[in-house]
Amino acid sequence: MSARFAVGETVKVRAAFPPGHLRTPFFIRGKTGRVTAVLGPYRNPEELAYGRSGEPALPLYRVLFATAELWDDFRGAPQDSTVVDVYENWLERA
Amino acid sequence: MAHEHDHDHHGHDHGDHHHGHAHRSHPYQPDLEEKPLTHFQVMTEAVADLLIEKGIITADELRAMLEAIDAKSPAAGARMVARAWADASFKARMLEDVNRAATELGIDAGGIPIRAVENTDRVHNVIVCTLCSCYPRLLIGLPPDWYKSRAYRSRTVREPRAVLAEFGTTIPDGVELRVHDSTADLRYMVLPARPAGTDGWDEERLAGLVTRDCMIGVTLPKPAG
Repeated sequence: MSARFAVGETVKVRAAFPPGHLRTPFFIRGKTGRVTAVLGPYRNPEELAYGRSGEPALPLYRVLFATAELWDDFRGAPQDSTVVDVYENWLERA
Repeated sequence: MAHEHDHDHHGHDHGDHHHGHAHRSHPYQPDLEEKPLTHFQVMTEAVADLLIEKGIITADELRAMLEAIDAKSPAAGARMVARAWADASFKARMLEDVNRAATELGIDAGGIPIRAVENTDRVHNVIVCTLCSCYPRLLIGLPPDWYKSRAYRSRTVREPRAVLAEFGTTIPDGVELRVHDSTADLRYMVLPARPAGTDGWDEERLAGLVTRDCMIGVTLPKPAG
């Protein structure tokens, strides 16, 4: 398994809404962020949840978003950020 | 943050106390068993019974495991933070790999990878799990009820400064408030900044400043007045 994205790269979270067990929160779907770490391969939780092997493992990334871009009515500071761990099957090149 | 302790259920309604009918008018706290067991509770009990019946584990081993889990406290995490404050090279190793750094202090942080995120004068970190209640239990104990509440999980990503204000914590406008949503395979803890006025303190005294809430990021360590 080699990671498709590198630290510093801009990525977009797929705006997908499939059924089932998912670890990608709704509030980042369709949003653009920046990879801050490549955490390594982890078995796919969307498969593990149903008693399957979760193989092949997926690269897992830390992705940092500007919080103001996640919410229409965000009232924090402009530099506030949100970091979410996202599996590679949810990421596209931005 | 709503602290939902249901105090009303414990209240004694003295204004409406009818002697001889106290059992009717006296509110009581429901027993744990009052609600029907859920599907997963039944399954859990069944699996535990089977494991014991088949001799794979004993009832005492199961009990001891539950006791060990419940006995975890924030003390281990606090010791690590204090060591990191006292020893810059330990801090670097802790930021690299919390689980491995923990072994230097004889602490077992378990097999789930834990990362520490460091507060600085430019960034303040706070941890949430919006999907459930993921939490580095082996280092900071069982999560508080509010950490698992829908209010904390949904609001911390949407209005983190308002949530922190309800904990009595104000982050200056110029500081980046960084929220970490631990939705996957890693767990996160905050490495708070060492408070001013603690020069010369030994690690034990420093560890006394590091509370559970400091390591979740909803408050800051405060030097004893």
